[in-house]
Amino acid sequence: MEILVCIKQVPGSNKVEVDPVTGVLKRSGADAKMNPYDLYALETGLRLKEKYGGNLSVITMGPPQAKAVIREAFAMGADRGAIITDRKFGGADVLATSYTLSQGIRKFGKFDLIICGLQTTDGDTAQVGPEVSEQLDIPCVSNVRDIKDADDKNLTVDMEMSEDIEKVKISFPCLITVQKDINEPRLPSYKKAKATAQREILEFTLKDMEDTDEKHYGLSGSPTQVQRIFPPNHEKSQETLTGTGETLAGTIYAILKQKKFVA
Amino acid sequence: MSNYKQMTEEDLSYIASFMDRDRLLWKDEINEEYSHDELAFERSYPDLVARVISAEEVSKLLAYANKEHIAVTPRGAGTGLVGAAVAVEKGLMIDTTLMNHILELDEENLTLTTEPGVLLMELKAYVEERGFFYPPDPGEKSATIGGNISTNAGGMTAVKYGVTRDFVRGLEVVLADGTILELGGKVVKNSSGYDIKNMIVGSEGTLAFITKAILRLVPLPKKNVSLLIPFPTLEKAIGTVPLIIKSKSVPTAVEFMEREVILDAEEYLGKKFPDNQADAYLLLKFDGNSTDEINAYYEDVAQICLAQGALDILIADTEERSTPVWKSRGAFLEAIKAGTTMMDEVDVVVPRNRVNEFVEYVHNLRKEIGIRLKSFGHAGDGNLHVYILRDDLPEDKWNEFLNLAMDKMYAKAKELKGQVSGEHGIGLVKRPYLKESLPIESLEIMRGVKKAFDPNNILNPHKVCQM
Repeated sequence: MEILVCIKQVPGSNKVEVDPVTGVLKRSGADAKMNPYDLYALETGLRLKEKYGGNLSVITMGPPQAKAVIREAFAMGADRGAIITDRKFGGADVLATSYTLSQGIRKFGKFDLIICGLQTTDGDTAQVGPEVSEQLDIPCVSNVRDIKDADDKNLTVDMEMSEDIEKVKISFPCLITVQKDINEPRLPSYKKAKATAQREILEFTLKDMEDTDEKHYGLSGSPTQVQRIFPPNHEKSQETLTGTGETLAGTIYAILKQKKFVA
Repeated sequence: MSNYKQMTEEDLSYIASFMDRDRLLWKDEINEEYSHDELAFERSYPDLVARVISAEEVSKLLAYANKEHIAVTPRGAGTGLVGAAVAVEKGLMIDTTLMNHILELDEENLTLTTEPGVLLMELKAYVEERGFFYPPDPGEKSATIGGNISTNAGGMTAVKYGVTRDFVRGLEVVLADGTILELGGKVVKNSSGYDIKNMIVGSEGTLAFITKAILRLVPLPKKNVSLLIPFPTLEKAIGTVPLIIKSKSVPTAVEFMEREVILDAEEYLGKKFPDNQADAYLLLKFDGNSTDEINAYYEDVAQICLAQGALDILIADTEERSTPVWKSRGAFLEAIKAGTTMMDEVDVVVPRNRVNEFVEYVHNLRKEIGIRLKSFGHAGDGNLHVYILRDDLPEDKWNEFLNLAMDKMYAKAKELKGQVSGEHGIGLVKRPYLKESLPIESLEIMRGVKKAFDPNNILNPHKVCQM
């Protein structure tokens, strides 16, 4: 199985701060890490590779320092890595990002399965994965919470819907986005990091792409106009339940069921 | 026959004259949890639980108890492991959990002034949000800071930062006769006579009642990296610890854990541990101001571990990577407890270069006695936690095996020039082992100190040095 995992470098702190005056995300270049959701995607890919054989590649898009997340993926067990990097790709919205990624993926190779994390902790749209599949014209299942089975041609997964869980069989080539908690990601290995320190990372710039029309990339390829970014209101609600032990047990069970903590 | 007064309705109505009645729990109103601590096999209900909110209330309570000769047992969150908070003479229990206010963060003196009932996890979160760090880090984060001071709690960071005593600058205490006394303060140095404050730290409520503490803080390190190091055997893992200490690297924590305890924690938490390739692990933590700085610290340690047969070194360099590992580590005690019917524990501390000898001894003791023992602990500071599990053993066999295991382990610790308790204290249940391990002169001095503080012996009687 040829597997590709899309990964992204995001700010190191989970608390993303927004400049109250300019409305721009405050990013500190020194403190960056792999998008936490991508760890689950990578772990899903590594387990499939270990079970069914094949290769696991990773691709990222970003400034040159984003190569750090590829090195990290090598230390977790990825075999190949590529970075899509060009100043002309800067300022991309979801559409331009997914288009650029799809161009990079075409350049990188042929893959049976592409795995993305559900979303990133900085952009938070959860749209890039599905849009990449659209650009590549392959089927997509998002919100995957479990991999049930795989063979040469197909993958069977559990997809979490708002009301229920749907079992889906999807044929290769395809793309899935996986949820947090699908597994417990492994930790990067010091030995693997040392062994892969010199491993080549491919670099793709605009001139390497099939489509070299600048208008399709970066800011000029982005129809989204961001008017304002602001931190979300964190609303915590607390509910006090009163009643007898018996009625409360029933109420709590109903709440847990509604929130899917119990089946 | 006890020589302490059993409390009466008159005592209750007198106390209710200066404390709200709804903060007083009398006889049948007392919840079961007030009859024991975390280990739960020493049980006794007090007559009255007073949920105090100020030093003045404590002062009035103690003055009255002293006059009436009522035994007084202090209680925080009840997470102790040696029965120190069990009201063996019934009487009055003073619960500090409503004195749960942080009073002042002094950024100029790097101190935090707090009431005793603040939980350790609340205190740590409060200072860390503000860029400061309170290093003592016992596994039980829902303990109160008053309880931590009373046992001189240590925890995982002792290897670099020291223990609770190293972070107590000052205390406000109430003496047995009701006098409110301030000890120490915000000063960094203090050579002004005998250090009474440090006598109170670790005295398990037998000398005075702590109503306020001034704690030392340090700047919060900006980054930390944990290393999870799998080894093929426990012997190889633990044998590496003295070499790590000798290498002059300064990890903030060096913990050891075995696969079976990790599996217990997985089951208890319902969450997988990030690795399962080995029988034994060392867990190290390094802190500093940048990842590069920390990477340089641990490079030597990584090489030492590999040379000693480590299978790999796994790097938890972000919050989402280190949290599952430390969460498992924090749950070990509860997880082991959930897997048996009853247990007792040993909390010995041995010199750091002998820690491997002790762990290997315990490892072999399982087979020798034929009882389940589980262990984990602070390998870097020589403090081990060994749990003896009852499972399905009948009462007589359990007592026989337990006593045998305890005697052997304490004897081994003494042979290695160790001490009875690293951080849990003596309380009620470890007194015989303290008596065995200390010279009679030391115990006599302790009893003299107790008498000087509490001539009528009302404060937590039968604990620590009172056999």
